[in-house]
Amino acid sequence: METFRYLPGVTTLRLDEKDCTGCGICEIVCPHGVFLLHNKKARIHDIDGCMECGACAKNCPTEAIGVSPGVGCAAYIIQTWIKGKNAAACDGVECC
Amino acid sequence: MNPEFPQNTGCCEKPDEPAQAITIAPKPIVEKHQPEEVCCGSPPGPASLEFEKPGYALLDFVEGFVETPVGSVPRVKTAFKWPDYTGTIKVRLGINRDQFKIAPGLYCVGTPDSKAPVLVTANYKLTFDVLRKELASLNAWILVLDTRGINVWCAAGKDLFSTAEVVRRVNLSELKKVVVHNQLILPQLAATGVAAHHVKKESGFKVIWGPVRAKDIRSFLTNGLKAEKSMRQVTFTTRDRVVLIPVELAHLPKPSLWILVTAFLISGIGTHVFSFPAAWARGIMLTIAYVTGILAGAVAVPVLLPWIPGRSFALKGAILGILGGAGIVVLFQSNVRVFGALALMLCTTAISSYLAMNFTGSTPFTSPSGVEKEMRKAIPMQAVALLLAIVAWVGSAFAG
Repeated sequence: METFRYLPGVTTLRLDEKDCTGCGICEIVCPHGVFLLHNKKARIHDIDGCMECGACAKNCPTEAIGVSPGVGCAAYIIQTWIKGKNAAACDGVECC
Repeated sequence: MNPEFPQNTGCCEKPDEPAQAITIAPKPIVEKHQPEEVCCGSPPGPASLEFEKPGYALLDFVEGFVETPVGSVPRVKTAFKWPDYTGTIKVRLGINRDQFKIAPGLYCVGTPDSKAPVLVTANYKLTFDVLRKELASLNAWILVLDTRGINVWCAAGKDLFSTAEVVRRVNLSELKKVVVHNQLILPQLAATGVAAHHVKKESGFKVIWGPVRAKDIRSFLTNGLKAEKSMRQVTFTTRDRVVLIPVELAHLPKPSLWILVTAFLISGIGTHVFSFPAAWARGIMLTIAYVTGILAGAVAVPVLLPWIPGRSFALKGAILGILGGAGIVVLFQSNVRVFGALALMLCTTAISSYLAMNFTGSTPFTSPSGVEKEMRKAIPMQAVALLLAIVAWVGSAFAG
């Protein structure tokens, strides 16, 4: 989504190209067009477009992709600071 | 979600499918003789429908049932009716938002046979409504998962729209007896919670990733299950952002009550220790500054998001907060002096910045690493601004 850009240089996304089989599922599931298939290998084409949703890593059959997934929601993150990661919930906050 | 989307693109002629073993339920209306004379009161309403059952209520969006080897499957309407609109408006206003769900299981549109596609979706009624609205004149099965009334993307993020739930619902609905193929079409945004290769391993069904938006499902189905690049990417249109505003505001009344009580109390502090007329007169000004902060951070920031400079939401909120605060100062220039003006401005800016930062949770492009980074910088600054605002406001009463 080129019209909306968030903070650059923060994503935890990484791709281990030697484990990539070139199946292309990451290119399909990424909602921000972060990956592009090039010479039968996935490549990170737009790393700052990544919102760490985790769809690519979840669907990569060889676990060549890693990302620390989560929701980019301030109200939720405040809860994780106060209550800890496990007790935090979106109840009553406006994220989702 | 796009009302402009053409409902009839002429692409839905029944494909050349052989007749299948599935029989379609007869039309629901049972003809009955109507009494000619009305003895008492107004004429009676229509006769009961064939598929009404004692103890069950028929839902507005069900128009009949299709018989399958696993029993009758509800056929849902693709046209929106009045209850659908009122339900949507209510949920957008945050009314009963957590209970807006339908029973999970198998549904259908049109007259699907055993070769018809299976669309998998969430049981948040708004999600289900948006999908069925796009399926006019198509024949398809709809497998509704139990996502606890949460939309596709958020449910996937919470592991409710998950591999396990897909597999479970495929088994519970005995889908293998209903269709002869082994394909499930899932909304792409479910990929955060569903691993396609694991679904295949555990259920035998192959996941086909459908488009992000329901409005593209028709072209996806008619283009041989191919999605164009634009169908694979999320967008965040002005309309998408505007519909989120009421829910942003719906969370505010409770904290606002406490904030305003505090605002009136500190407004009364002055050279006479506490003055009620001052609490009222100055409290009103602080209330207006607070409301302006809300309008800037929770209304103007969502609407103007792409045009406000900066990447950080807290910064975007602060920019509009300063503008709003400046407006307040101009409005009250004869009532306040330097400290008072500073206090009003800081208050509006801090509130607007905080609320704008909270809007990150409603956008489809902010990464948690990014949100955390900006929060670590912004929250201390917002807190300091608010503290300074209080000090300056109380101080201004003494500076007279």
